[in-house]
Amino acid sequence: MSLRIQEPRAPKSADAATPVDGLVPVAVPAPASGVRAFLQARGSSSMADSTFRWVMLLCALSIFAIVGLIAVELVVHSQLTLARFGLKFFVGSAWDPVNSNFGALPFVYGTLVSSAVALVIAVPLAVGVAVFLTEMCPKALRGGLSFLTELLAAIPSVVYGLWGIFVLVPLLRGYIDPVLIKVLGWTGLFVRPDFGIGMFAAGVILAIMILPIISSLTREVMTAVPHTQREAVLALGATRWEMIRMGVLRNARIGIVGSIILGLGRALGETMAVAMVIGSSPTISKSLLAPASTMASVIANEFAEAADDTYRSALIEIGLALFIVTIIVNMLARLLVWAVTRGAPARVN
Amino acid sequence: MGVGIEVNGLNAWYGTNHTLQDITLHIPANEATALIGPSGCGKSTFVRCLNRMHETNPIAKVTGEVKIGGQDIYSETSAVEVRRRIGMVFQRPNPFPTMSIYDNVASGLKLNGFRNRRVLDETVERSLKHAALWDEVRDDLKKKSGASLSGGQQQRLCIARALAVDPEVLLMDEPASALDPVSTAKIEDLIFQLKSQYTIVIVTHNMQQAARVAERTGFFLNGKLIEFDSTHKIFTNPSDKRTEDYITGRFG
Repeated sequence: MSLRIQEPRAPKSADAATPVDGLVPVAVPAPASGVRAFLQARGSSSMADSTFRWVMLLCALSIFAIVGLIAVELVVHSQLTLARFGLKFFVGSAWDPVNSNFGALPFVYGTLVSSAVALVIAVPLAVGVAVFLTEMCPKALRGGLSFLTELLAAIPSVVYGLWGIFVLVPLLRGYIDPVLIKVLGWTGLFVRPDFGIGMFAAGVILAIMILPIISSLTREVMTAVPHTQREAVLALGATRWEMIRMGVLRNARIGIVGSIILGLGRALGETMAVAMVIGSSPTISKSLLAPASTMASVIANEFAEAADDTYRSALIEIGLALFIVTIIVNMLARLLVWAVTRGAPARVN
Repeated sequence: MGVGIEVNGLNAWYGTNHTLQDITLHIPANEATALIGPSGCGKSTFVRCLNRMHETNPIAKVTGEVKIGGQDIYSETSAVEVRRRIGMVFQRPNPFPTMSIYDNVASGLKLNGFRNRRVLDETVERSLKHAALWDEVRDDLKKKSGASLSGGQQQRLCIARALAVDPEVLLMDEPASALDPVSTAKIEDLIFQLKSQYTIVIVTHNMQQAARVAERTGFFLNGKLIEFDSTHKIFTNPSDKRTEDYITGRFG
């Protein structure tokens, strides 16, 4: 063995030095069998493979376990109100802890409407930011701008809440709401009284919070659209906007919808900032300027004062309702993606 | 009908790289003109200057004069306007994957706000027939996506898309280099038929292709136009030694 390994170490022999197009058959070493022996000694590795498989399976199953445990826990601890009110809990609009009368509809309404307001504001803005960053931004500005956008996502929500109370709410009450009342008052969505705090303020805060999620993901999918698609549209005589609409946004639409779903997920569950600016009123009113409450905000605001068991059970059942609403909204969103993409391939060549 | 192209003193840069140096040539109307040369010689850059696609790259720069049908496309009109008049087919087929076959062909017209249903239908059919694709796709015009076709069909779809806007000039940047021999033959047949109605400029790596389809051939080397003459002359009796070396396969 040792002799064979040493063979290639004889470059000075006459044979090895003969340059025949760099190919010297005599000097070609036998395979270093030390390597073979080492590899053979490793065995079949079937243990490693199966262990890896089981560990990964366990990781995947933990997701089921966590979701299941949360659902079970929510159901068990809201037993009291589940039994007492049944389905009426979700359609009732009275929220009267003093007389132990609980209905969750105002909070379901508040969650859905504040999230909808957030999407209406954030989606066009986020897509606009993404379009600017990918298609027209000068290189020097791009890094800074996308860093700032992502920084928005890193701000804790309680800080957003504080900023909302001290900056956004006065701004809305003093300057923006009066304009909305004047212009859109006829819709019934913006009518006095206006306290600044309320559904609209919550929607605006939420919009700012989900903006970075939507815009950074949209930017990713837009960047992934091949350059050849842009050229194809440009060569047809498209203006810049037409090129973006036809060559980029159209190809990226599935990814954009996906990013909107992620943003919506955050908006539905966001608690602290919303609780601070929404005005905490368990009422349903058409005007977005009226105070309201979301499922998350009512839990945050009232859990500490929920003294009796029924009250606490009602709040936990709202948690259950939030859980269910989130699942339903996500399912609907997935259905939407499926309906849009059915037949059309998601792949861009 | 097509129009002629006059190029005078055209220079192009990518950053500091001087990719086209002082190109002057006249491309006659309603003929196919082939541009050959080794990779990186500037032939693709040259056709991209003919419809102002070159300048879509932020580091690109162009000087000189390109007259298409007598109008200088750099000083007398806008890039968008130029591209509406000039069709382009790219090296890799690039149909719109989210659109049906019909919408792919109609995209140029729809983009410009053309809405007349009947004329659209007619134009799509005529363009697909011109591109020799009609018989293969007529039954699923609106059912299938542009990306569901084979590579050769996709390229013919792209040709149909370019023809639908009735261009005065058709630029083809190595239109068959990503295709198999059968699809390549179909594309070549197509060029042969189309050149009576359009001015065609085709960039190719394949010298036989140039010889088969083009009346005139230009040979590019290192950003310069070495020789431009009738295809017959270029391939049988080139006047420049470098052209001869290239076509006889001595380099490139």
